[in-house]
Amino acid sequence: MSELTYIQAIRMAMEEELQRDDNVFIVGEDVGTKGGVFKATEGLYDMYGEDRVIDAPLAESAIVGVGIGAAMYGMRPIAEIQFADFIFPAVNQIVSEAAKIRYRSNNDWNCPITIRAPYGGGIAGALYHSQSVEAMFNSHPGLKVVIPSSPYDAKGLLKAAIRDNDPVLFFEHKRAYRLLKEEVPEEDYLIPIGKADIKREGTDVTVITYGLSVHQAKQAATELEKEGIDVHILDLRTVYPLDQEAIIEAASKTGKVLLVTEDNKEGSVIGEVAAIIAEHCLFELDAPVRRLAAPEIPAMPYAHPLEKEFLITEEKIAASLRELARF
Amino acid sequence: MSLEKIIMPKLGESVTEGTINSWLVKVGDTVNKYDPIAEVMTDKVNAEIPSSFSGVIKEIVVEEGETVAVDELICYIEVSNGSNSVNDSDEEIVQQTGEVPATAAEVDNEQSMKLRYSPAVLKRAAEHQIDLTDVTGTGIGGRITRKDIDAYISKGLGKSSHSKVNEEKAARQINQTLSKKDIEIPVTGVRKMIAENMVRSKQEIPHAWMTVETDVTELVKYRNEIKDDFKRREGYSLTYFAFFIHAIARALREYPEINSTWAGNKIIQRHDINISIAVAKENELFVPVIKHADEKSVKGIAREIFELANKARSGKLTQNDMEGGTFTVNNTGTFGSVSSMGIINHPQAAILQVEAIIKRPVIIKDMFAARDMVNLSLSLDHRILDGLICGRFLARVKQLLENINEQTTTV
Repeated sequence: MSELTYIQAIRMAMEEELQRDDNVFIVGEDVGTKGGVFKATEGLYDMYGEDRVIDAPLAESAIVGVGIGAAMYGMRPIAEIQFADFIFPAVNQIVSEAAKIRYRSNNDWNCPITIRAPYGGGIAGALYHSQSVEAMFNSHPGLKVVIPSSPYDAKGLLKAAIRDNDPVLFFEHKRAYRLLKEEVPEEDYLIPIGKADIKREGTDVTVITYGLSVHQAKQAATELEKEGIDVHILDLRTVYPLDQEAIIEAASKTGKVLLVTEDNKEGSVIGEVAAIIAEHCLFELDAPVRRLAAPEIPAMPYAHPLEKEFLITEEKIAASLRELARF
Repeated sequence: MSLEKIIMPKLGESVTEGTINSWLVKVGDTVNKYDPIAEVMTDKVNAEIPSSFSGVIKEIVVEEGETVAVDELICYIEVSNGSNSVNDSDEEIVQQTGEVPATAAEVDNEQSMKLRYSPAVLKRAAEHQIDLTDVTGTGIGGRITRKDIDAYISKGLGKSSHSKVNEEKAARQINQTLSKKDIEIPVTGVRKMIAENMVRSKQEIPHAWMTVETDVTELVKYRNEIKDDFKRREGYSLTYFAFFIHAIARALREYPEINSTWAGNKIIQRHDINISIAVAKENELFVPVIKHADEKSVKGIAREIFELANKARSGKLTQNDMEGGTFTVNNTGTFGSVSSMGIINHPQAAILQVEAIIKRPVIIKDMFAARDMVNLSLSLDHRILDGLICGRFLARVKQLLENINEQTTTV
């Protein structure tokens, strides 16, 4: 057991899977000799060679398309999209091919591909390096969308994604890469996809969120504890398909729910979470469900004060929770 | 000026609620920090609540006689912040003035959200047939929150409303049979507590009973030989009761099933052997605890009985003295009783009554002999215990007691 950053945990998961299963390989821009622009694949090219850590051309559709083909023939590709912002050329491959092949072939074919992509802002990445794209994929049965909130979860979930027999999109918050550190076991462990996780037990208000916002919610909860407000935190971990049971339980626990996403509010993943709560929890609700999200603005601004205004912060979460608790 | 809340303090480790016996202040009174403001009664202990602030009592929320959970609001006190020194920064002043209208608004407009009910609150009100106008809201504008109604339900439908109904019923019955020379004694304080605990034990626990007869002739002889010397040396009496508790604690160590408590869906076998003893004081009854009785000598137990009884008589028992009992031994023999059926001290599994030691003719080897005999009467919670295990336990206690003499036992 040693303390790893979020990105070190991701690297460890890939290294262990490359070692465990010869069918696993990595394909993406700069993943080989450079070791990835964020160093997620550092050293793997030297360890496993150019056949298993493949530098791809600047063509996301090809990165995913090659992966899908290999996956259908029994390989377990990890396709890296350098920034989630660049995933759009590959959307047709993901949505129309990967997501649908099992259904279309009546179970004759399946597609065990994992597509990794860093998302999210807060690193002065501006328009093309800050987007949250998960909502684009949360209406396509056949896909799974996983967004870990901690190094420990990142390792267990990525290994589960690689071993999953269907396509998994794995989004990693790029600001979390070197911000989050925790003890990560060296041994092999899996975290089930599709299961949300209670990150903090509380009785006054519930936060349901995912990704880096979980970390911010935890900090807000520690702050609010001093004011006597006891916060319950549910980490979705898998944003598609959603863990309905866990959402219903967490919402019913306090009857006061705050949903948080860094994505733009309208059409985001948390809108679906709100719908599940509305369908199932009416008679446990004690306050209107609240959403805290980015404003309806086309892109993350570059200017630091504007970027900060756009982003979710611990203070914004704490302020919303305070109001909910008083309600 | 700011409005502060005073809450029901936690007056003991296992204490979850308290009853306001009487208020020592009224609205408008000025109190200093640490002044007693109310007398509160928890499970058999009376205490005073000190004020946490200096200020003026603004509103009393909990009426006398009402029972509330620990940490619940009992009154509001207005605290003057005027003592702040001159070098206060502007920011702080802004904050203070900013606070006043906020709190004032909360108090004034207390009712603006009072009739806005959330689905969760309405559902609970319907399920428990609660008139929502009776519930105090702590949310914005006096809104009744889900927590408010949950607290109301746990209070209202719990034992207090039941006992209220019972009290009313009882009161009515007394009215019916009252004649001129009868004296009415209101049931309050410790008496009321005893009544409630006894009703609870008797109603909830399926009691079963058994009695064994024990020959303590040797014990009586031994004690008589050493008691005067002991009293002179130690300053307190070497009672029979100490020998009994000593033997019972040893037997409990061998039969841990008896040393259990009932916890609804499970039985908790207690590791520590803490013996509750009943101490009567006129019309009050206290049950202090001899902790780790199995680790103490007869002398140690005798001293603790002496100290606890003294504390009980002088009203100095603390919550700590009363907590943690795992088994009760009741010295009914003091009143001359030779047979009785004790009510179990909830949530313990059993109670043992030590009856009077009486010289009686007993047949030994087909001959009459004059022996000192004592009955040990056990009441057991039949949910936890059965006759077999209790029989073995009593047999072991009897064996231990019959073997006490100069050679086997040092005090």
